[in-house]
Amino acid sequence: MGLILRIKRSFGAILKLFRKKNKLRIGIYGPPNAGKTTLANRILLDWVGDVMGSVSEIPHETRRARLREGVKIEVDGRTITIDVVDTPGLATKIDFHDFLKYGLSEEEAKRRAKEATEGVIEAIKWLDDLDGVILVMDSTEDPFTQVNITIVGNIEARKLPLIIAANKIDLPNASPARIKSAFPQHTVVPISALKGLNMDTFYRVLAEKFG
Amino acid sequence: MIMEVKLNLISKEKLERMGTMEKLRLILDEVKAGKIVVLESGLTPEEEAKLIEMTMLEIDHENFVGIEVESYPQKQSGFFGKLFGKKGGRLMVIGPANRLKTLEKREDIIEALIRG
Repeated sequence: MGLILRIKRSFGAILKLFRKKNKLRIGIYGPPNAGKTTLANRILLDWVGDVMGSVSEIPHETRRARLREGVKIEVDGRTITIDVVDTPGLATKIDFHDFLKYGLSEEEAKRRAKEATEGVIEAIKWLDDLDGVILVMDSTEDPFTQVNITIVGNIEARKLPLIIAANKIDLPNASPARIKSAFPQHTVVPISALKGLNMDTFYRVLAEKFG
Repeated sequence: MIMEVKLNLISKEKLERMGTMEKLRLILDEVKAGKIVVLESGLTPEEEAKLIEMTMLEIDHENFVGIEVESYPQKQSGFFGKLFGKKGGRLMVIGPANRLKTLEKREDIIEALIRG
C-alpha cells in the first residue's frame, strides 16, 4: 500500500478528469438492511420501469453484486448514463444464528451466512472498478459504525466521488442530521427510497456529482 | 469466578516495520485465538478492507463468526498529508465478534464491552 499505489491512484484520478466517459459505473454500498437494493429498485423504477432485485427484512438478502447497464437519468435537460452496481451489504461478522431469529432452518441459515461472506468479498473487489459510490446509511441508526467508517475511508483513498444517501427518512426516529454531522466533508442527501421521498434532489445531486 | 481476557498491544514502531499481510495475519491469528488486539497506530482504509476480506474467508460458522473493530474516523489530513498521502493512523481495537461488542461510538469516544 505504498508510494507506487498512491501515485497510480493520483494519476488515475487526474486521468479521469480528462477522460470523458460515455458511461459511469456507480456502486451502491452500505451495511446490510440500509436499503441499497430498495434504492437500486427506485432508480430503475424511475428511469427504466424495472427493478433490480428482491428486498427482505432478513439481513444479507443481496449476496451477489448485480449490475444494470445504461440507465439514463435526465435532470434539468441534461442526461447522464450510468451503470448501477447493487452490492451485498458489508459486515465484519456474519453469524448464522442471527438468521434463525427470522424463522430460517439451520441449514438455510448456514447457507445464507456462507453466501453472505462471499458477497462481502465481492463487494470489496468491486470498489476497484467504479467511477463513483452511493453510500446508503439508515437514518434511524447510529452512523458511526465501523463498516461506514471503512467504506468512507476506502472511497476517500481511491478519490472516488461520493454521495451519502441518508435513507429511511419516512420513519419517525430518522435523523439525517446525525449523518451530516458524522461525515461533514461529504454530500448527504436525505431520502426514502421506499416511499420515493426527496428523489428529485437526489437525482440532481447525482447528476452534479457524477455527470 | 474471574474470567480472563488477553490483550495484545502492538506499538506503532512494530506496526511500521511490518508489511500489510504480515500485520493482517498476526491480527487474525491473535483474534481467532480469542485475544483482543490493540494497534497503537491502526490500519489504513485499504488494510481494513483487506482485513474484512480475509476475515470473511476464515469464518467457519462454528467457532469463528467474524471480528469487531473499534476505531475513530480518519482525520482530514493537512496540506503535507495530502501531498505525501500520509494519514495519521489512530488507535484501533480488534477482537472476536463474540467477545468484543461496541456499545456506543462517537467521533472521539468509543464505548465497548469485552466479554471474558
